[in-house]
Amino acid sequence: MNVLALIGRVILDGLETAGRMGMFAGNGVRHAVLPPFYFRLIGRQMLAIGYFSLPVVGLTALFTGMVLALQIYIGSARFNAESAVATIVVIGITRELGPVLGGLMVAGRVSAAIAAEIGTMRVTEQIDALVTLSTNPFKYLVAPRLWAATITLPLLVLVADTIGVMGGYLIGTQKLGFNAGSYLKNTLDFLETADVVSGLVKAAVFGFIIALMGCYHGFHSKGGAQGVGRATTDAVVSASILILVANYIVTELFFAK
Amino acid sequence: MTATPKISIRGLRKSFGSKLVLDGIDLDVERGESLVIIGGSGSGKSVTLKCVLGLIRPDAGSIRIDGTEVVGLRGDARDEMLRKFGMLFQGAALFDSLKVWENVAFGLIEGRHMPRAKAREVALQKLAQVGLGAEVGELSPAELSGGMQKRVALARAIAAEPEIIFFDEPTTGLDPIMADVINDLIVQCVKRLGATALSITHDMASARKIADRIAMLYKGRLIWVGPVKDIDHSQNAHVDQFIHGRAEGPIQMEVLRP
Repeated sequence: MNVLALIGRVILDGLETAGRMGMFAGNGVRHAVLPPFYFRLIGRQMLAIGYFSLPVVGLTALFTGMVLALQIYIGSARFNAESAVATIVVIGITRELGPVLGGLMVAGRVSAAIAAEIGTMRVTEQIDALVTLSTNPFKYLVAPRLWAATITLPLLVLVADTIGVMGGYLIGTQKLGFNAGSYLKNTLDFLETADVVSGLVKAAVFGFIIALMGCYHGFHSKGGAQGVGRATTDAVVSASILILVANYIVTELFFAK
Repeated sequence: MTATPKISIRGLRKSFGSKLVLDGIDLDVERGESLVIIGGSGSGKSVTLKCVLGLIRPDAGSIRIDGTEVVGLRGDARDEMLRKFGMLFQGAALFDSLKVWENVAFGLIEGRHMPRAKAREVALQKLAQVGLGAEVGELSPAELSGGMQKRVALARAIAAEPEIIFFDEPTTGLDPIMADVINDLIVQCVKRLGATALSITHDMASARKIADRIAMLYKGRLIWVGPVKDIDHSQNAHVDQFIHGRAEGPIQMEVLRP
């Protein structure tokens, strides 16, 4: 086996996939911003992607906030900085953990569901049927999901931020002996708008990635049940990795300012 | 002077990787005619239909609908072209997130922006034409039997009163009686609309019933085209073997014999 040829093949395949994803994304965005819009479908998807993800995201945020308060207390006690717990919890949640963990949880739930649904539509020729009924699949299937996920993820993360901070507050006041009033004061006093906004921008980007990966892998699935299964896995894995990469890029952009 | 054929295919070629599927197809379908393409599994029948619809891009060749080249058509021009078509898919391909009547009305509501209430009326009327009552319209496709799904798919294909209808293996997977019911419905619907029909099948009973002319596809080429009454004396060994369903003959299936 020629090693160089193998490396070349892997790189070429990777570039080809990246190119196809890029073109798919461009096509999706073009159809998402140009009329006609399927408001009913966007609404239905917002319900499926956003509302039904609330329990998962809420629980994730609650326990993350709780554990964060504990860990930061242990760390800050080493140099007598216990009063920083509230501030660090809120910054950690809004800037980083709320959007990233929320995004990853929704990726597992929603990318998989989208890929499975669209993948099944592909292998049962339903997407071809859409075309023969003068309906563009990008407009009907991809655009509403891109919109719904991009709009609902920031809303979900806003809820997650609140619940996460409440988790920290719960541990801070019940277990670590902080005064309730001063914990809340410390939480709010040092929180800047940019902390929350950068988190929400991240969430919107993650939402876009989640819907895009679900749609892309669903659209390109082939070969019956097994193909749909593979598409589902690929969607979750690629969405999760892209979320982590995008997280760094967006953080870097905000950090530069 | 002869009229322009409804569908005119010239030199259509398509290969997937190293596998040559269509090797230069020339075929005309006249206005109002029902042409059936027969051929074994994997002979390129479905690919031919999908090339005409633009679902698959051919490697070479020309496809004209009403004299207009459609290969490579995009955007609005393509939507306009697709409006002339209805298609019955092999697996029915009903949208399982929608009710039966919404499936039938889909092309009217989404493709032609008809108000929902009016589209529903048309849908129920089309369902009645294929022998299904209004109560079926409220069900979801998953609750229907295979034969009913096919009939709903037929109602959907004819709902927008297309000029051209494609039937992809309309009787596959149905019992012989339901298959004959579908055949009758196809003949009726096509006649009523005065539509041009292009079907693919390997069910000879179906082909004899719905075809005006039959074309046989073998190894990516059309080896015989003629009126349905001539199929029994085609003088073509391949055609004879196929219509009588004999394992022995010039067509060798790629099966390893023990």
